[in-house]
Amino acid sequence: MDIMAIIGAASAFSAAICIAIGGFASCVGEGYAAASGLSAMAQQPDEAGTISRTTFVCMAICETGAIYCFVVAMILIFANPFWNHVISLAAK
Amino acid sequence: MENYDAQIAFTLFGYGINWTIVSTWIVMAVLVLLAFFAGKNINTNKKPSRLQTAMEAIVLCMRNQVREMSNDEPLKYLPLVGTQFLFIATANILSILPWFKIPVSSLSTTAAMAFMVLMAIPFYGIKNAGVKGYLKKYTEPTILLLPMNVLSDFTSTLAMAIRLFGNMCSGVIIGSILMLLVPFILPLPMTILGLFSGLIQAYIFAVLTIIFVSSVSPVKKETKEEK
Repeated sequence: MDIMAIIGAASAFSAAICIAIGGFASCVGEGYAAASGLSAMAQQPDEAGTISRTTFVCMAICETGAIYCFVVAMILIFANPFWNHVISLAAK
Repeated sequence: MENYDAQIAFTLFGYGINWTIVSTWIVMAVLVLLAFFAGKNINTNKKPSRLQTAMEAIVLCMRNQVREMSNDEPLKYLPLVGTQFLFIATANILSILPWFKIPVSSLSTTAAMAFMVLMAIPFYGIKNAGVKGYLKKYTEPTILLLPMNVLSDFTSTLAMAIRLFGNMCSGVIIGSILMLLVPFILPLPMTILGLFSGLIQAYIFAVLTIIFVSSVSPVKKETKEEK
């Protein structure tokens, strides 16, 4: 296996691992946040507006990790610096 | 990748104008025209037009939300927060047009909006509590945490930019991939989901802006009461 094949395979595989672990973990965390928000809303329906707003913000902040993983995976797939470097070396 | 920054729409005076700028202009034009026609003939005598009533409902709703979240005079923050919310929401709603390239899915746009928030934090902080009260925020628990507090301003606004970009960009990419695989029916639910999550993201961006921008104002009241 030459160096280009190794770099290509490693990039694709690490993009998959990145989005898998990041997406899984942040989805579990968001699920906990949503569950706590819903149970709080069930206990105090009067405060539903405040609770749902806070829950949305907390979920967005939990989601940030998944979004970072998504951006890294997109960089690894579409704008891979290592791959571009190897391509430019091979073109010489 | 759907990179609208690299797609040139037309050239103007020798410069290539890309699709991000063009669609930003379209969103701006829609907002400006709506506001212009809604506010064209406002007077207290006759019945308000339907457009004016709709606009008033939106502005009133935003004002109430800002008042609840910042515990402060809403008109202070509304120009910044409301404009950002309306811009992102309008860009998302316009994305149901097939040829429309949503400007918020470009990192340049979201980075510019997050930079506005980064600049607004010291602006509103100094406006609320003066220079001394604003700088006191950074030494809040102890002076040892000063670098962390300064860093947290930058990281939180950077996270806002990346979050908005990632959400919008993922929606666009999922839509285009499904369009390649199954051009009928199947992209439709994903488009609806993208519309929903886009509006949620607009709301979250506005909420986070209010939280960061109004973070200094309680300090002023506390210090006044102590003195």
